[in-house]
Amino acid sequence: MTVVEETPGAPNPNGGVAPIPVRIGGVRGGPPLRKILRRDTWWLQPALTALGLLGFIGYSIWAALRNGDFYAGAYGRDYLSPLYSPCLTHSCTTAGYVWGGWSWWRISPAWLILAFPGAFRTTCYYYRKAYYRSFWFSPPACAVPDAGSTAEGNGLRKRYSGETRFPLILQNIHRYTWYFAVIFAGILTWDAIAAFRFPNGIGLGVGTIILVINAVFIWAYTLGCHACRHLCGGGLKQFSKHKSRYWLWKNVLTHLNEHHQLFAWCSLFSIIVSDLYIYLVASGTITDPRIF
Amino acid sequence: MASTTEQAAATTNEAAQSAAPRRSVTLRLWRGDADGGGLVDYEVPALEGEVVLDVVHRIQATSAPDLAVRWNCKAGKCGSCSAEINGKPRLMCMTRMSTLPQDEPITVSPMRTFPVIRDLVTDVSYNFTVAAAIPAFSPGPREADGTYRMAQVDIDRSQEFRKCIECFLCQNVCHVIRDHEDNKQYYAGPRFLARLAELEMHPLDNLDRRRYISEQMGIGLCNITKCCTEVCPESIHITDNAIIPLKERVVDARYDPVAWLGRKLLGRKPPKSATAVAAVAPLWRDRGAEHAGAGSKEA
Repeated sequence: MTVVEETPGAPNPNGGVAPIPVRIGGVRGGPPLRKILRRDTWWLQPALTALGLLGFIGYSIWAALRNGDFYAGAYGRDYLSPLYSPCLTHSCTTAGYVWGGWSWWRISPAWLILAFPGAFRTTCYYYRKAYYRSFWFSPPACAVPDAGSTAEGNGLRKRYSGETRFPLILQNIHRYTWYFAVIFAGILTWDAIAAFRFPNGIGLGVGTIILVINAVFIWAYTLGCHACRHLCGGGLKQFSKHKSRYWLWKNVLTHLNEHHQLFAWCSLFSIIVSDLYIYLVASGTITDPRIF
Repeated sequence: MASTTEQAAATTNEAAQSAAPRRSVTLRLWRGDADGGGLVDYEVPALEGEVVLDVVHRIQATSAPDLAVRWNCKAGKCGSCSAEINGKPRLMCMTRMSTLPQDEPITVSPMRTFPVIRDLVTDVSYNFTVAAAIPAFSPGPREADGTYRMAQVDIDRSQEFRKCIECFLCQNVCHVIRDHEDNKQYYAGPRFLARLAELEMHPLDNLDRRRYISEQMGIGLCNITKCCTEVCPESIHITDNAIIPLKERVVDARYDPVAWLGRKLLGRKPPKSATAVAAVAPLWRDRGAEHAGAGSKEA
């Protein structure tokens, strides 16, 4: 065994004072680490996650490239696809939406929208777990060797640096992407309210229900964010001195946070369902049934 | 000489065992030491309601008296009997045989992150060295009457981490050190990040360890894949309630320009660097050497 001493030649790569003086290099027991002993279907969850995430990425690329049929105003419905909201660009005015005005933006407005919520979801603690397991294989499942395992040589990556180096150190911007996510959740709430607006007054269509459900899921996901939980109360040392923040942290945000994974997927599906439904209505493929 | 009560209890126990349905199972145990080893099959009867540790003890009592296995309470509270059962890190005393597939051999191997001592027993002294490197609880001055006071709501959060039984299953499953031996020098691991969270959230603690957690304890190496939470026998939400809140506190200290600007404008002190924390807190510099060379729990 080797005992790592504190020496000038062995600096801590994290920038700390010195390595922790632990013994490394001891002989490990059990079968070789690369031999997977798990008997269950450990590969199923990362496979389904990869399928789900690739499905969403594929759909959103198709929806962004479509650059049309995202607003159902021509059919008497004030439904705007969440992938195109806020609609500010040239194609929005072409589609009959009132907010459009950026004539210099000629490509699909969806790219503008995807960038901000996309950054929020990419740096989200839940999605990080999901894609580190499904795409990075770091590790694909618990007690299954990661793709860069160097414990017994032959690792694909020489040294594992986690989120300490570029580009993964950028995961620390998550709270800033959350600020933008709150703005987008507000805009989608406005869209859901606007969906009650019919040519002859207030009404309710199937599309209205879909957009309201979408807004609820988006808020549940956004407020359940770990950064939000920290900023609103988790970062405090003494809850007893901040009673309202403690109440919010304990009774709202912690409960939402416990179901963050569920709301992450629900909101992802609700975005797809909303966009697809509005596309079908806006393209004249189906007629939106009005309930009252 | 056993008392009458003990004899009666033993008779009752034997009667209960003979009445319980028996079936034969194959346990595939890893036998060996630092010089090498391999998996050995043992066919042994298992009774209804038994846990893996019961069957391992039966093997030890019948066909392999030299089998080394560490255990103590058999109630999931001492954290001694950690192992990998069918490849999953678990406590042997809390894994019922009925939850495992009976028609194929059940593999039991030692924790594969730590050096082996013999058979199912590993040297977990790495954890004690890391524990010694954590800056200790540092309360501020006492109140006028010589006491400390804190509200229950302020300590509820950190009491979750006090449930830890130090079985080190979370340390074992964490791929940062499981798959990368060299990272053991730079990374505290989930159990000790939970300990650091407990200290950071303590209402009376006065030491700002945030930069230390980043620079010395290597929290950036954790990529939050939640395996520590999955294997915790005490169901502690290590990732959501300890590691991620710590990561956010590190963001406050190191990566948040708004917080930096606020500190400048309000004249607040910046977080102490790892070196500064090391200078004021008792660390392994003072007491770590004995832990670095210390043995582990007795086999």
